[in-house]
Amino acid sequence: MPVASLRRETAVRRILAVIAGCSLLFLGMIMLFLFIEGLPLFSTVSVSDFLSGMFWYPTSEPPEFGIFPMLVASCAVTLTASAFAIPLGVMTAVWLTEVARPGVRRICKPLIEMTAALPSVVIGFFGMVVAAPLLQDLFDLDSGLNLFTASLMLAFMSVPTICSVAEDALFAVPASLRAASLALGATRRETTVRVVIPAAFSGIGTACMLGMSRSIGETMVVLMTAGGAGILPGSLFDPVRPIPSVIAAETAEASFRGEHYRALFAVGIVLFLFTLAFNLAARHISEKNSAGGR
Amino acid sequence: MSAQSFPRFPATPHPGYVASAAAAGTRAGLASQNTLYDGTTSRRETEAGTGAHLMDRMQIRRIREYLLFTLLRLAAFVNIFALFGVCAFLLWNGLSALSWEFLTEAPRNSMTEGGIFPCIVGTALLALGSLGVSLPLGVASAVYLHEYAGASRFARSIRLGVNNLAGVPSIVFGLFGMSFFVIACGFGISLLSGLLTLAVLTLPVIIGTTEEALRQVPVTLREASLALGATQSRTIVRVVLPAALPGILTGGILGLARAAGETAAIMFTGAVFFSRKEVDSLFSPVMALSNHIYVLATSGTDIDKTRPLQYGTALVLVLLVLGMNLVAVILRDRLQQRRRR
Repeated sequence: MPVASLRRETAVRRILAVIAGCSLLFLGMIMLFLFIEGLPLFSTVSVSDFLSGMFWYPTSEPPEFGIFPMLVASCAVTLTASAFAIPLGVMTAVWLTEVARPGVRRICKPLIEMTAALPSVVIGFFGMVVAAPLLQDLFDLDSGLNLFTASLMLAFMSVPTICSVAEDALFAVPASLRAASLALGATRRETTVRVVIPAAFSGIGTACMLGMSRSIGETMVVLMTAGGAGILPGSLFDPVRPIPSVIAAETAEASFRGEHYRALFAVGIVLFLFTLAFNLAARHISEKNSAGGR
Repeated sequence: MSAQSFPRFPATPHPGYVASAAAAGTRAGLASQNTLYDGTTSRRETEAGTGAHLMDRMQIRRIREYLLFTLLRLAAFVNIFALFGVCAFLLWNGLSALSWEFLTEAPRNSMTEGGIFPCIVGTALLALGSLGVSLPLGVASAVYLHEYAGASRFARSIRLGVNNLAGVPSIVFGLFGMSFFVIACGFGISLLSGLLTLAVLTLPVIIGTTEEALRQVPVTLREASLALGATQSRTIVRVVLPAALPGILTGGILGLARAAGETAAIMFTGAVFFSRKEVDSLFSPVMALSNHIYVLATSGTDIDKTRPLQYGTALVLVLLVLGMNLVAVILRDRLQQRRRR
């Protein structure tokens, strides 16, 4: 190959490498800016007070920055949503790969994927004007905007995520395993429950982690349907204030680089670390499996 | 456990049939495990039991299969029903609000009347602008990852970065966009800040779908091109990218839809509830459909009176986003059909 053309190839490769590095750079910059803006808060408020404090009064004198109720609210909302979304998502995925005929599958799979594309603000809106009044009447509550409504809407949002990741895992189970099980005389149910699902178990675990990560970070839905009361939830039907909704509701009003502003970025750090942990856990589960090579 | 301990079922089903089968479920499960994995037990039972017993057990297994599959169908049905439910509800309530004026006029009378034209323009500008940034970046990244880097350490760490970037909540992108683009870069709350934030947010979507599209291009095409003496970069530009173009377009449309539906990332970076000014440069703030719905529904003037506007705006946004997704789905489906042939 001529030297000039060889040199050009190297240049192209280098430029592409730099562009590809952008994603890594952006992730780093997100962390950097969260920490630059958020960490100075801890010169006035200790980390333990911040995490375990019961009251969030950012604008009173002296201000109080305790996010414990929000942490509890976020966890409660995510767990309740997962209790609906994980069974529903995994069962739908199993239906798609093991039961549905190819023609049905070809139509239903994109439909379920489309649910993931519904804008979160529209789902929040739907929760506000339809689900909340309905649940309020059904359970005779003071307000329909509460932990339960928010969880239901979050579940609706995270089902397609769980379903499509779990479906990929189930689809990747070799057909020979199924054929072997069926040839031994097992019914399709026995094949599904005892052979296919165990073989795809780690992929399904990854799906659950990603679904939970999606629920905990989702903003508009909890902002519009969770009720927004900064208290520890005593029951499933209490209004709550999860982490993302605090950031969304107050950032516009916080004065630039004031204590309130810093506190909101600190809250953002906590949220970021939460989702990072979920994502790394999801990756760990899927990687352990592929490296193990059963 | 022996076969004799099972309840006998009549040969023809009667009304209590399914219920008693369900009650016998656990024991039948244990028995079928015996038959499946323990050959000796199975043979002994076959010798001891009569043909009627075997029939019963097969029937129980069939019923359990039927029950499970029904449950699975039900789960899928719930999902699809929920999607149709939301769409039907929006259509039912929103269609009456839709009119030519609604789509082409600006809001009037402190947002309680008039249309949403500036929001449609704003959303279009934000989404297209973000795609203009993220598509070249994303395609180049994917080409590097798939065609050049392979499984090197650098590539592995980039993949890790892309995966985690995809998992960052949109509100955190909003915070980042505000502190970096709005304040540190000095762009202010503007179209530019908004679209750059959205570009970072949609980058993982583009990279993921483009890599998938590149993976579908047969290796033989590359080898043929290289064997004819083309350099690697020429092969990519002339052979690989054209072959992967439909898949890349699908990814682009999905990224566009994602950007159009996003709210939390543009709340503090690009979108404002009301701007009297026309959008005349990259530095003017814009109105956006998603933000419009949120503000109208939660803190606008006279929330109940503007309900029709809210339904109308939500319907326009959903039609836009789902319409784009439908195009992407059809494109992808065509591709798969073509490949199968």
